Amino acid sequence: MSLAKRIIPCLDVKDGRVVKGVQFVDIRDAGDPVEIARRYDLEGADEITFLDITATSDNRDTMVHVVEQVAGQVFIPLTVGGGIRTVEDIRRMLNAGADKIGINSAAVFNPKFVKEAAEKFGSQCIVVAIDAKKVSAKNEPDKWEIFTHGGRKPTGIDAIDWAIKMVDYGAGEILLTSMDRDGTKIGFDLELTSAISDAVPVPVIASGGVGKLEHLVAGIKQGKADAVLAASIFHFGEFTVGEAKQHMADAGIEVRL
Amino acid sequence: MITVVNYGLGNIQAFVNIYKRLNIPVSVAGNTEELLKATKIILPGVGAFDWAMTRLNKSGMRTCLDELVLSEKRPILGVCVGMQMMAKKSDEGRLEGLNWIDAEVKKFDDTDFEQKTLLPHMGWNDVMPQKENYLFEQMENTPRFYFLHSYYFLPHKSKEILAVTEYNYEFASAVYSDNIFGVQFHPEKSHQCGIQLLKNFANIEVC
Repeated sequence: MSLAKRIIPCLDVKDGRVVKGVQFVDIRDAGDPVEIARRYDLEGADEITFLDITATSDNRDTMVHVVEQVAGQVFIPLTVGGGIRTVEDIRRMLNAGADKIGINSAAVFNPKFVKEAAEKFGSQCIVVAIDAKKVSAKNEPDKWEIFTHGGRKPTGIDAIDWAIKMVDYGAGEILLTSMDRDGTKIGFDLELTSAISDAVPVPVIASGGVGKLEHLVAGIKQGKADAVLAASIFHFGEFTVGEAKQHMADAGIEVRL
Repeated sequence: MITVVNYGLGNIQAFVNIYKRLNIPVSVAGNTEELLKATKIILPGVGAFDWAMTRLNKSGMRTCLDELVLSEKRPILGVCVGMQMMAKKSDEGRLEGLNWIDAEVKKFDDTDFEQKTLLPHMGWNDVMPQKENYLFEQMENTPRFYFLHSYYFLPHKSKEILAVTEYNYEFASAVYSDNIFGVQFHPEKSHQCGIQLLKNFANIEVC
């Protein structure tokens, strides 16, 4: 009896539709966000994360509307990220029904934004999303760099240093995506996940690469993550959230069944 | 009428959505006039203690709320920081709490933890009711609820503890004193168990 590890289905939303890409490109349609969120809720998802992948451009109102509709029907925590740049953006999403806000690119341009957001809304509400890519060569010690703009722009910032800094600035949780693994279905980058989990005293959500249920178990056991996030294995009907949880429970992981 | 106090903090819409789904009359009060119509009150909250107290004190509803809760004994449910505000004081801030329950709010002391433990305490944890109470009726024996906090409520009178939860050590996850109820977790985000608890609160008989 203790705190359960979480399974978080992630919905990448573009212009009001759920989509899924491979390594951040080659995007395909996966359905209506409200319908999909309801299904995951019924299946026992512990939280749901929405990432607005159009958001760095325009059309923010669509996402606000999606969040409002989902919050009216789904009674588990909702995290919303993608294109959040101002305190006003955060307030709008919270008013729409979000519980936690993911900040990614804006944190890199202006780290103090994370501080400001945490002071205003509390650390529990602020999730810093980190998109990291391995940049070390085979014979070198592991090194990961963070990227912004949906993985298009390198920053030269070391992922571990960045995670530590963001927690110092008030991040209450880290959503860690391996860009090398995103959409590949070959499993999380476990070295990256455990390196960040060891480095920070807040929960880390492992993301990027889940293709089998074993990968979820590995993310918790070897990656030392507090939660695991997956998209395509749930969207395209390969597994239900319930099956994923049962698999984790069978592997000896405490989950909410 | 269940009335959710809107002092600018907490996911108010989540409570409204659940009560609407349950067909239980619900309203949101942003001023004294609206608050006076409440037969039962929900005091939500997220964020820092002092910020929450400041917002509540500035809302214009503080005196009315004290009156309704302490003199008129209308049932009230404090959620997360809404619960913590019911104490005398908190490690997290300097401002005085509402002082409705003889209690203080402490930070989890991670030096006492036996293993590396993360703060905030975030996610689904077991809630173990310590006595029979309406709030936990029609639920499994140890329901799980969604938590998100770094400070915990420490009542000075153990008889006021309604349920406990373990996070390295046991803390009071639900408390009550007469007409005043507080839960550390978020029933508005706890799926079926949370919906049941909010329904139970709505069904509590007003004495």
